[in-house]
Amino acid sequence: MIAATPFLRKTLLSVLACCLLAFPFAVQPKEAAPLADDPAAEKRLRSLSEEFRCLVCQNQSIADSNADLAVDLRREIRSMIHEGKSDSDIKDFMVTRYGDFVLYRPPLEGATLLLWFGPGLLFIIALVALRSTLRRRDRTLAAERELSPEEQQKAEALLRAATDTPPKE
Amino acid sequence: MNKFLWPLAGFIILAVFLRIGLDLNPHEVPSPFIGKPAPEFSLPVLGTPGEALDKHFSPRDMRGKVWLLNVWSSWCVSCRAEHPFLVRLAKEGKLPIVGFNYKEVRGDTEIDASKLGAEAERELVQKRARAWLAQRGDPYQLTVLDIDGRVAIDYGVYGVPETYLIDREGIIRVKHIGPLTEDALREKIMPLLEQETRGKP
Repeated sequence: MIAATPFLRKTLLSVLACCLLAFPFAVQPKEAAPLADDPAAEKRLRSLSEEFRCLVCQNQSIADSNADLAVDLRREIRSMIHEGKSDSDIKDFMVTRYGDFVLYRPPLEGATLLLWFGPGLLFIIALVALRSTLRRRDRTLAAERELSPEEQQKAEALLRAATDTPPKE
Repeated sequence: MNKFLWPLAGFIILAVFLRIGLDLNPHEVPSPFIGKPAPEFSLPVLGTPGEALDKHFSPRDMRGKVWLLNVWSSWCVSCRAEHPFLVRLAKEGKLPIVGFNYKEVRGDTEIDASKLGAEAERELVQKRARAWLAQRGDPYQLTVLDIDGRVAIDYGVYGVPETYLIDREGIIRVKHIGPLTEDALREKIMPLLEQETRGKP
C-alpha cells in the first residue's frame, strides 16, 4: 500500500471526524419526537405510516420518507393518536385527502379487481399454456418414436446387412 | 409461423402499454375532492406592511362566485414559471383568484424555521410574500397565509403549485397539479366556467 502523506492522512481524519460529529446533529432537528416517552404510540405511528404512500416521493411510505409533507403527515397522525383516534379514523383522514392512491393496500372494488387478481390470473394462464405445450411436445415425440412401415423395412435391411458382412480386420 | 407470431404479438401488446404509460403523469393523482365541498378554513389575509394579521378569509366568503384557489410559495420554482400566466389571467378578469401561500418559511429548505419564534416567522412570511408579489405582480384578489401548512393538508396539497376551481356552491370542480398553463385553462377550466355562467339565473 502506498503510504499516505501526513497531509492526506490529516485531511481524511478530519473529514471523518466532521462526519461523525455532524451526523447526530443533522438528523435530530427534523424529527423531534413528542411521544418518545410513549413507545407504544410511536410503534403505532410507525406501523400506521408504513401503510401510507408518500405522495411526494411515491415509492416511499410516509414512515420512510423525509419529504416535508411526510414529516407533516407524521405529525398529524401523531396528534391523532394522541387524541385517541382509531386506526380506521386515521385511515379515513388520509383517504379523504389523498384518495385510495395513498394506501399501499388498495381496497377491493371494481376498479381494483384486476390489480388484486391479475397476477393470479396471469399465473393460471401461464400454467395452462405450459400444460398444453408439454402435452403437444409429448405427442410429437411419441409420433417420432413410432417408425413408418418403410422406415421399419429400411432399419431391418440395415441390421441384416450389418450382421451378414462381418467387419474386416 | 405460429411460433414466431406469439412473441411478436406479445411485444406489440407490451409496446402499446408502454406507449400509453409515456403519456401518464404519476404525479397526477386523481383527487378525491372533485365534486366535494371545499374544506372550510379561516386563515389570516396578507395585508400591507405594518398591518396586523387580524383579517381572516374563509371559502364561505366566496359563495356565489366561481373562483380559483391557487397554492403558491416563493421558494417553489414552478410557481415562478406559473406566475406571469396568473398575472395575465387576472388582467383578463375572467374569474377571481385567491392566493394560498403555503408554508412560506417552513417549507423553504434554506431556512431553519425551528430556530425562529412564532412571531418572527409570521413577520418573515409576510415580508417574503409581499416582496414576491411586489416584484412579480399580484394576480390575487387576496392572499391567505397557511404558515404551518395544516389547512393545505385538508386540501390534500402535496406539490406546489396546485390550483382548485371552486364553484358558486363552494364545490371543488377541478384540481390542477403543477403550473397552470394556457392549455390547462382551456381544457379543464374554461368549459366548466362557461357551463357555470350559462347556468346563471
